[in-house]
Amino acid sequence: MAELGRAALIVCLGLSLYALLAGSLAAWAGRRRLAASAQNALVAAFAAAAVAGGVLLSALIRHDFSFVYAADFSSRKLPLLYTVSAFWGGQAGSLLLWLVVLTGMSTVAVIFNRYAAREVIAWAVPVLALVASFFAFLVVAIASPFATQAAPPDGAGLNPSLQNPYMVAHPPLLYLGYVGLAIPFAFAMGALLAGRTDERWLVATRRWTLAAWAFLGIGQLLGSHWAYVEVGWGGYYAWDPVENAALMPWLAATAFLHSVMVQEKKGMLKIWNVILVVLAFCLSIFGTFLTRSGIVNSIHSFTQSSIGPWFLGFIVAITLGSLALVLYRLPMLRAKTRLESAVSREAAFLYNNLLLVALCLTILWGVTFPIVSEALRGESVTVGPPYFNFFLRVFGLPLLLLMGIGPLVAWRRASISSLRRMLVWPALAALVTGGVLLVFGAGSSLPGLITYSFSAFVLTSIVIEFARGTEARRALAGGSRLRAFSDLVARNRRRYGGYVVHAAIVLLAIGIAGSSVYQTTREAKLAPGESMEAAGYTLTYRSLRTERRGNHTAVRAQVDLYRDGHRVARLAPGKNRYAAEQQVSNEMAIHTSWLRAEDVDVIANQVNPDGSVYFKVLVKPLVNLIWLAGLVFLLGSVIALWPDARESRRYAERYEPAATARA
Amino acid sequence: MSGTTFALLLGGMLAAACVVYVARPFLREPVLAADDDRLEQLDAGARERIALIEERDRALAALKELEFDHRTGKVSDEDYRALVSTLRADAARALKALG
Repeated sequence: MAELGRAALIVCLGLSLYALLAGSLAAWAGRRRLAASAQNALVAAFAAAAVAGGVLLSALIRHDFSFVYAADFSSRKLPLLYTVSAFWGGQAGSLLLWLVVLTGMSTVAVIFNRYAAREVIAWAVPVLALVASFFAFLVVAIASPFATQAAPPDGAGLNPSLQNPYMVAHPPLLYLGYVGLAIPFAFAMGALLAGRTDERWLVATRRWTLAAWAFLGIGQLLGSHWAYVEVGWGGYYAWDPVENAALMPWLAATAFLHSVMVQEKKGMLKIWNVILVVLAFCLSIFGTFLTRSGIVNSIHSFTQSSIGPWFLGFIVAITLGSLALVLYRLPMLRAKTRLESAVSREAAFLYNNLLLVALCLTILWGVTFPIVSEALRGESVTVGPPYFNFFLRVFGLPLLLLMGIGPLVAWRRASISSLRRMLVWPALAALVTGGVLLVFGAGSSLPGLITYSFSAFVLTSIVIEFARGTEARRALAGGSRLRAFSDLVARNRRRYGGYVVHAAIVLLAIGIAGSSVYQTTREAKLAPGESMEAAGYTLTYRSLRTERRGNHTAVRAQVDLYRDGHRVARLAPGKNRYAAEQQVSNEMAIHTSWLRAEDVDVIANQVNPDGSVYFKVLVKPLVNLIWLAGLVFLLGSVIALWPDARESRRYAERYEPAATARA
Repeated sequence: MSGTTFALLLGGMLAAACVVYVARPFLREPVLAADDDRLEQLDAGARERIALIEERDRALAALKELEFDHRTGKVSDEDYRALVSTLRADAARALKALG
């Protein structure tokens, strides 16, 4: 069936190119039927991409190793769940997934907005088709998932570290985020091409941006949890270029979600917002380029990579083309109003944006510097965690504080006296927290102490915002506090959903600070019966056991963990040996103490033939707040994304009075 | 029929279905006067009106926001009095411009 997959991809490429050319002509010449035909081509391109995706999935599930891709990334003994996830285990499958998600999202965006802002849609279609054409071209001509061969008896299997439930969800979620950013980009470009610089494109894409941003955020947290439980080094984020690839567009999208409110409320920052949308999308393409071109490993593997130069060319073309369009429309984008005061909500959003973009660009520089250095000077340079951690503190800590100050400042201008009144409780909470932590010995790390104090500041300001908002709502509409609270959130879901997300970021900051700067690490070689100590815990190594499990052999060290003389857990860290893949994975054991709010991670770094084991023990306070932050982040995102019929009606009356009348 | 032929046949059917779907707008309305085939586009007047509506909505939203911020204590009585008259004037101007 590889022929069907290849044919479907060629059809998809043809349809995308048609949507690009016919859509451009229709938008330029103002032809209605041609524009509708181009929209249909984009929808049909999704159907063709979905057929190609179905063919690849079917080959994987049927263990049809005449497909080179199935033979390279799956095996007969691979469990079904991971056989399905092998779809995105390799380059060609990942690019096909990009194409399926992009054309799918484009279809939904076009269908939902087909009666709204027709001239913007007419231009957004060829922009989306341009991106789809690029990915379709890659999977048709450069990295086909449908290459065939004489079928070997079994496949090579999937990388053992990818055989984890998190890896089933993490890559598709990241792709939903990356690709989701294509929609606001296409609509922004569509609006500029159509010469419509009102807020219609923002209204059409607001939920898309929020959803893409939420997918990227959740995807990254799932990836971090995967790294924590599966990679077996006891950490969750290593500032790896592939991790940074997802963080950068998320930071740019975060800046956009904040600055867009300034445009809505004050009609300012139109140019900045378009640039942020372009930046977020270009970074999402750059992220895919980083993960898929091989450039991360070495400039040489990039030049040998089949897709690298194409990606680079596409990124340069998209960036230059978008910026040229922004420059061309600059006179239409200039704001009529100006910032009234440096102490106002809009000013706080501006500071927030500057910090977010500065953090994003310093990460970008840290990621690209080794590549540039190797390309220009032939020297391989590594930019390690100290560089990124330094800038995370420099830009991240003021951002954290600003998250607490911003919501308490009024729009337009705030007097110093009212600001002082609003900030007194959060400041008091920060001081008390800092003081108490100093007394309890947390002064060993200044960044940790500042993080906790700022976190207390932000959490107090969030509580105050909800409490004062509820009281104000109750004073206006009466009723119970619960009713006033739910009315408050329902009437401004983005704002209060945003505050919940702020609470998630605070939990994340506390979790990161606790588990990194206050972490205890101990290493020792133990023979059976021997013990070691770590942060008040005693670990005793009992025995070694080997057993056959599914597609691998598991070697496990049996260890008992004691605290104050009582056994608190029996753990089994070890290694898995995968015969088909000819790889070994580290399997860390984790004991979570909910009472002490910390994790004890035990890693069997080396298992020796004489039965002795090199153990590494990490005690990580508050690390589980990071995963709790993920749940709170999801809750906040859902609140912000929840449809608001009142708002939809208002926008429909504003932009499509004729359509509203027809309805 | 071999697997390859069957796959190619399916691919051909997919392509044909896509072509029909893409051509659908022309099949449904084969003959049209040039005016009826024109893409709906806003003229300068309509764009100006949208800009005014956005301005009106912004001014009204700013007034509501100011009231709320005043109630929650973010805006002092003094600041409220100074800002409310400007915002009311902005809203009145936007409403008047809309007619």
